[in-house]
Amino acid sequence: MKTRRQFIKISTAGAGVAALGLHSLKVKGLNLLGEENTEEPVSDEDMTATPTYCEVCFWKCAGWTYVDKKGRIRKIIGNKNDPHSNGRMCPRGTGGLGMYNDENRLKTPLIREEDDKGHQYFRKASWDEALNLVAANMNKLRKEHGPECMALFAHGTGGKIMSHLIKAYGSPNITAPSFAQCRGPREVGFFATYGEGVLSPERTDIRDTRCLVLIGSHIGENMHNGQIQEMSEAIDNGATIITVDPRYSTAASHSRYWLAIKPATDIALLLAWMHVIIEEELYDKAYVEKYTYGFGELKAHVKDKTPEWAYGITTIEPDVIRRTAREMAGAAPSVIVHPGRHVVWYGDDTQRSRAIAILNALLGSWGRRGGLYNPEKVHLPSYPHPPYPKPKRSWRDAFPKGKYKLASEVLTSGICDATIPNPEWDCHLRGWIVYGTNLMASLPDQKKTLQAIHSLDFLVVIDTMPMDITGYADVILPECTYLERYDILRDSPHREPYLALRMPAAKPKYETKPGWWIAKQLAHRLGLDDYFKWDNIEEMLEWQLKQKGSSLEEMKRIGVKKFHREYDDLYNLQNLEDCEFNTNTGKIELYSTELEEEGFDPFPDYTHHPEPPEGYYRLNYGRAPMHTFSRTVDNHNLWDLMKENKVWVNPKVADLWNLKNGQEVWLKNQDGIISIFPIKVRITERIRWDSVYMVHGFGQDNKKLTRAYGRGANDTHLISKVMEDPIMGGTGMRGNFVTFLKEAPANNRKEDKA
Amino acid sequence: MAIDTNKCVGCADCVVACQTENNVPHGFSRDWIVENVAGTYPNLNMNFRSERCNHCDNAPCVRCCPTGASHIAEGGIVLVTHDDCIGCSACIESCPYDARYVHPDGYVDKCTFCIQRIDKGQNPACVDVCPTHCLHFGDLDNPNSEVSLALKNRKWYVLAPEAGTKPQLYFLT
Ligand code: SF4
Ligand code: SF4
Ligand code: SF4
Repeated sequence: MKTRRQFIKISTAGAGVAALGLHSLKVKGLNLLGEENTEEPVSDEDMTATPTYCEVCFWKCAGWTYVDKKGRIRKIIGNKNDPHSNGRMCPRGTGGLGMYNDENRLKTPLIREEDDKGHQYFRKASWDEALNLVAANMNKLRKEHGPECMALFAHGTGGKIMSHLIKAYGSPNITAPSFAQCRGPREVGFFATYGEGVLSPERTDIRDTRCLVLIGSHIGENMHNGQIQEMSEAIDNGATIITVDPRYSTAASHSRYWLAIKPATDIALLLAWMHVIIEEELYDKAYVEKYTYGFGELKAHVKDKTPEWAYGITTIEPDVIRRTAREMAGAAPSVIVHPGRHVVWYGDDTQRSRAIAILNALLGSWGRRGGLYNPEKVHLPSYPHPPYPKPKRSWRDAFPKGKYKLASEVLTSGICDATIPNPEWDCHLRGWIVYGTNLMASLPDQKKTLQAIHSLDFLVVIDTMPMDITGYADVILPECTYLERYDILRDSPHREPYLALRMPAAKPKYETKPGWWIAKQLAHRLGLDDYFKWDNIEEMLEWQLKQKGSSLEEMKRIGVKKFHREYDDLYNLQNLEDCEFNTNTGKIELYSTELEEEGFDPFPDYTHHPEPPEGYYRLNYGRAPMHTFSRTVDNHNLWDLMKENKVWVNPKVADLWNLKNGQEVWLKNQDGIISIFPIKVRITERIRWDSVYMVHGFGQDNKKLTRAYGRGANDTHLISKVMEDPIMGGTGMRGNFVTFLKEAPANNRKEDKA
Repeated sequence: MAIDTNKCVGCADCVVACQTENNVPHGFSRDWIVENVAGTYPNLNMNFRSERCNHCDNAPCVRCCPTGASHIAEGGIVLVTHDDCIGCSACIESCPYDARYVHPDGYVDKCTFCIQRIDKGQNPACVDVCPTHCLHFGDLDNPNSEVSLALKNRKWYVLAPEAGTKPQLYFLT
């Protein structure tokens, strides 16, 4: 018998289907609920469904958690009235119960101890003891150095309540990797152009578009649920998809045009597209005239940026550049040049985002149906509390005046810098709370991260799983998963304003506690009770919902509630309506006066970026639809689908190095950093010969993650060179190069795995 | 069932939804994804297929089953009665699509089209979860069903037609 019982059968390139990698796992009689059980499926009527919204990624899809008569969570199904999920969770959301069932979860508070031999270990502690210890440290720090010496890294929904705590405590240093390591340049670039950001979920009207242009944005591999669903709808409606990506992504395979661009040259292509659209007079004249500032200058700026010029840089043929530009213009204004999400690539990312913003303006797609719509959110009043204290200093004081002025959010890297003692800056940050973000997998330049961590007086980690970052904590506070807790209401912007409720479907397992409870307990110990005047979060939610004419009881029943728009129309520029933009000129700034004021180029320009040296390959990384960064790698349901990442290698490169499919190699980067664990080779035509690719989030180094430990390589570890965006401090990560080591290096930890 | 390979992104949501719906043990699955890549860089073609039991009209697994546990139920759905199955695996050998596995509890298991859901007029779990709406389920005998219409208006193929099993999964291209 062929053993082909595995989930993802990956074929080798060019040869039709060939199954690779065999499923060897044989768990005797263990079902998804982690117990011996042969029960037949339970029908929906025999279960209770409680509303939730997903926390496996930032898309926050609303759904229902189904619990059977024995109180066990059986499945999670999307809420049909929710525009984020439309009744369909993504694989991670569907598999979210694996997070709840994970036996490797953090179970009790832990406190770092040291024995007489200097050996450090974690000791189980009671909540009281752990919270007292955190509060004692924070009280001491506030007294001796001021509350501004505290920083919070927060990710996800629960981060909001922690932020409230830290603001009440008096620190402005609240950060998340989602800005400087992800979408920051896009927000700053669009803000400079339109006086507004792109927001999350993105304001892209993919559902109604006639042409979708993706620049390195791999929808389908990044599982941004609503976008995938809408892209599929757009395919049904015959929309043209143009994908620009050096890798043959899933999106590329669904596209009419795949532009296999040379890495790091996107701005040249964008300028050439502008050139064609302007020179051939394909732009939206009335729109450009009415709304934009600096068209004449832009025209002059791109005069010589011909497709022939771009061809030499991008390797995209002039004819293809012209054809695709005409396709976009033909579909305008129902066209989206997608702003992307993870856009920190080469350090000129704000400028690339600007180029995308300008192109959309030329096509007249901002504020138009099938383009970029005008989102609206519910304005939820916060539960009454005293004003926050005014901080006397911030992380910015660690830098020369004016640096990162255009960073509209706090930089994680800036917090690291401000934490490392520096003679110029006498009050470095001394305490961190890291909530729900695994900094070891999200921040590049681990040397700096570790240097900052080692400079701290104390580090508190709040998480559900023993991720790598927990290994550095002084105190670990175990949070329960999103399926076991209330959280604040979801009020993200969308076509219509919506609220969504998350409520517990089961009691917290082990000794875990909800984030809101942890924040409130700490507040009490820090003398900040006035900021948490509610007894439990239900009281707070009830109050907020009442202000909006709803109630907790109603939300428990429906999960998601739609409200009416109160402001402008969804397509507020559809018929050239008057509009004043939130920019210096009140116009859409093709020419950015804001950037000019700060000493930056008012127009995007192409700069040549370093290329891989001989024998090295550009390290490219991305997403797989069944995982969210490192957060899900230990989730049994999702681990079943994908257990490790592989390094994608073009067949020509494989020949050169005599690499075989499935062979384990170590990767060494330009700075001599070698991957801790080996990674298997995947030989595929889907990648260029000058690059390699791997899915981000693997290669976890914490043995407590029994499934994920040592599986694959951690791309972040290999990203030691950061190409910083001078405009807003984004950490460009695509300028790292790796080579292959076929023999185990000295730092190899493969044996540990056994 | 018809599967639109122009839209599938290979996300495996259909696999997880099946596992949670049907309580499939870890390490096993009733449906799975195949990725096909053809060509050389940059002239490439790729699609994904969500595969499962083909519920063959002429099912070798049913013919070779010594106990009658494998049978064709009403509506053409091929099922295994767990209590009658002795786990001899003859059906596994006979299936050209490798759609069956031995459940750790000793019987042979495979896709049932979520019979418990269809009985109530619902779709199979994989169909209802798919974010790209690329799975279509319905009655092939009804010329106006979504599936029949899709097959009428689109190009499609079946897997291993040469095996003569008359498979009932249609892949739209
Ligand atoms: S996209 Fe998937 S993981 Fe993200 S919130 Fe939605 S269901 Fe959860
Ligand atoms: S859920 Fe849909 S898109 Fe995802 S793999 Fe299955 S069939 Fe394809
Ligand atoms: S696919 Fe295999 S298991 Fe399913 S009916 Fe056909 S032969 Fe039987």
